[in-house]
Amino acid sequence: MPRFESIDHLREYRRQLIAKRDPNQPQVLVCAGPGCLPMGSEDVAAAFREELEKNGLAAKVVLKECGCHGLCAGAVRVLLRPQEITYQHVKAEDVPEIVEKTLKDGQVVDRLVYEDPHTQEKAAHKKDIPFFKGQMPIVLRKLDVIDPTSLDDYLALGGYRGLRKALLEMKADDIIDAIDKSGLRGRGGGGFPTGRKWRICQEVEDEPKFIICNGDEGDPGAFMDRAVMEGDPHAVIEGMIIGAFAIGASKGYIYVRHEYPLAVSRLQMAIDQCRESGFLGKNILRSGFDFDIKISRGAGAFVCGEETSLIHSMEGFIGEPSPRPPYPAQSGLFGKPTVINNVETWANVPEIINLGADWYADIGTEKSKGTKVFSLVGAVNQTGLVEVPMGTTLRQIVYDLGGGIRQDREFKAVQTGGPSGGCIPPQFLDLPVDYDSLQSVGSIMGSGGMIVMDTSSCMVDVARYFINFLYQESCGKCTPCREGLKQILFILDEIIHGRGQEEHLGLMEELCAVMSAASICGLGKSAVNPIRSTMKYFREEYLSHIRDKKCHALVCRPLLKYTVDPETCTGCLACVRECPVGAISGKKKMAQEIDQELCIKCGLCYEACQFEAIKIE
Amino acid sequence: MDLPRLETILSRYEGEPWDLIPVLQDIQDSYSYLPKDELQVVSERLNVPLTQIYSVATFFKMFSLIPKGKHQIKVCTGTTCHLKGSHRVAESLSHRLGVEVGYTTKDMQFSLDTVGCLGSCAQAPVMMVDDKYYGRTTVDKVPKILKLYK
Ligand SMILES: Cc1cc2nc3c(=O)[nH]c(=O)nc-3n(C[C@H](O)[C@H](O)[C@H](O)COP(=O)(O)O)c2cc1C
Ligand code: SF4
Ligand code: SF4
Ligand code: FES
Ligand code: FES
Repeated sequence: MPRFESIDHLREYRRQLIAKRDPNQPQVLVCAGPGCLPMGSEDVAAAFREELEKNGLAAKVVLKECGCHGLCAGAVRVLLRPQEITYQHVKAEDVPEIVEKTLKDGQVVDRLVYEDPHTQEKAAHKKDIPFFKGQMPIVLRKLDVIDPTSLDDYLALGGYRGLRKALLEMKADDIIDAIDKSGLRGRGGGGFPTGRKWRICQEVEDEPKFIICNGDEGDPGAFMDRAVMEGDPHAVIEGMIIGAFAIGASKGYIYVRHEYPLAVSRLQMAIDQCRESGFLGKNILRSGFDFDIKISRGAGAFVCGEETSLIHSMEGFIGEPSPRPPYPAQSGLFGKPTVINNVETWANVPEIINLGADWYADIGTEKSKGTKVFSLVGAVNQTGLVEVPMGTTLRQIVYDLGGGIRQDREFKAVQTGGPSGGCIPPQFLDLPVDYDSLQSVGSIMGSGGMIVMDTSSCMVDVARYFINFLYQESCGKCTPCREGLKQILFILDEIIHGRGQEEHLGLMEELCAVMSAASICGLGKSAVNPIRSTMKYFREEYLSHIRDKKCHALVCRPLLKYTVDPETCTGCLACVRECPVGAISGKKKMAQEIDQELCIKCGLCYEACQFEAIKIE
Repeated sequence: MDLPRLETILSRYEGEPWDLIPVLQDIQDSYSYLPKDELQVVSERLNVPLTQIYSVATFFKMFSLIPKGKHQIKVCTGTTCHLKGSHRVAESLSHRLGVEVGYTTKDMQFSLDTVGCLGSCAQAPVMMVDDKYYGRTTVDKVPKILKLYK
């Protein structure tokens, strides 16, 4: 990489880079995103490398390992350009056929293309697949086509053009005005207007100022930020440099979750590239502006996603939140003015500056502008990452993009906003999704996790799951959260064990009222959402646990009974080997029996049995 | 105490109190736990009271005060994985390794933990051994994965 000595130098370099690249050159883009990596991306990429070599194509065909291609359900995905053919469920064994048929002959390998879950119709090209049709990728635009380790790839697609414009054509105030006018709101959960936050920080007369990128992504079920940090790290960094220039910050930090080692190494690589080429460091692009970025690794605490605890942990203390105000923008890291924004918020900034505030403000609803990335997971057919304009309905997301519920089961709820969010029932499927609409039905946008549940999920169990999660993660500083969660968890456990009483529901409502009013931070305040939403929309489920001692979804362990169906049991003993307490007995090749006294209802036998001979009731 | 090893870690930082967490992380990564004597040195060098070091070391989940096994197994119990039965995966691992969640096997080969979400939710249930992710880990896949590390 050259060191860019001026903005003209950058422009010239980009011009040459684009001229050098042939848009018709064959490219094999193997997805190595969060969904594909665990399914063997590395093996597939290695197989391509070998096969291209063997066929003398290594110099002709570009091979890249990219970020998430979106439709993770089809992991491992491979995109072939320029035809835009997308293959799914690719294994290393399939690679010779792809090279032979598609790369050499231009034919499609039928068995590897997308198949509609209902009509079984096949589609080989991205443009024909419903999952991709309703989307509007801004943040995810480059993920499936760039090599995240290549600055050249980022530059060739217009990277650092926003920064160039900001430094060359705009004053700090113009940048903040543009972000303000674009209507961008924080993507980390709260939805605070980003421009306003920047302005507050800019106006504080104190030095130095800091910038933080919140990559803690603690909401279980959400992986948008991981995908962006791993798949397009420069977009986050470019956004941060622009923000730093606007508010006059000299130092930036990216706080990355401990469980995301790859995100750390990708970001570090991008930072090193930026230092080498003059996007970071002293006198950036000879503009006179100095700024550098460091990575801070999280140490495994959900509450550290909250901005004040995050800051405390960066100062070397435990991650306990402090009451706001003062807001970090006034007094943050080391008591200095600090702008803290979420990964996706930062990744939106370069495009807003590049294409203009009006362009962005045209997308979305009246009060929520632009697009939002969701991780669409759970009981839908097409799980993955989607980016849609604000105001898209839940139905469009779940049915048009997500392809409806798996195995044609019935939709039960969609959970948004992680542990601080709620479960939204079917009657709100036509709700246009934005910050305010989700709040109006008792949930929140949160960071963008969208977990779809069908009739196999029990809402009491879901509520208990979140309360237990929050109970474990509460920092314990304030009483309503610490004790409230403990009591609610206790009550839910009573209900799940068949000892629930109807008065328990009223008690939980009372606890919720105190917690939401009196907790210090958002963890305790919004912990009530999973309880309130399930009690409101799925009350009869609580009642069937309480009155009939039944969990109709067959989830709550203490209310279940496992038996062996003597008709179907082959006596293979797979269940016997799996049972941790030795509750299953019987002769080999004969029907087995479960000792109900010993059985701890773990369900391992149910999973181990290949003949569906284990029954649950 | 392995002082040179600790010195290498400390030399990466400026010795300020706010370097505490990164220093502890490096020690955890290198030693697989936070040894007592080392913490004493860290306290002196960074000028941070030992009480604060222990409060930090016990607050965050990545730190351990007792040695961890050679391989770290993390089973995701995030929402999506929970709904897809990840507790059964954890239970099966616990049963096969003969160790409770949160503990290390006697031969110091494996530590078994559960975590909030590994960020590969589309492939739930997910587990991780060291830095490698495994997707759609149903109970029957558990022995095959374990074999790779035995
Ligand atoms: C308990 C709790 C956890 C949070 N976790 C995250 C997180 O993982 N990522 C994030 O960006 N924001 C998280 N937030 C929100 C942050 O406090 C903060 O509002 C956000 O990072 C600001 O960025 P934004 O304006 O761009 O959204 C969390 C808040 C609370 C109360
Ligand atoms: S609400 Fe909970 S997590 Fe937040 S400060 Fe209080 S105890 Fe800690
Ligand atoms: S549910 Fe668990 S404890 Fe009960 S019989 Fe099956 S494997 Fe054994
Ligand atoms: S990670 Fe490969 S498609 Fe999402
Ligand atoms: S919930 Fe398990 S990987 Fe996200």
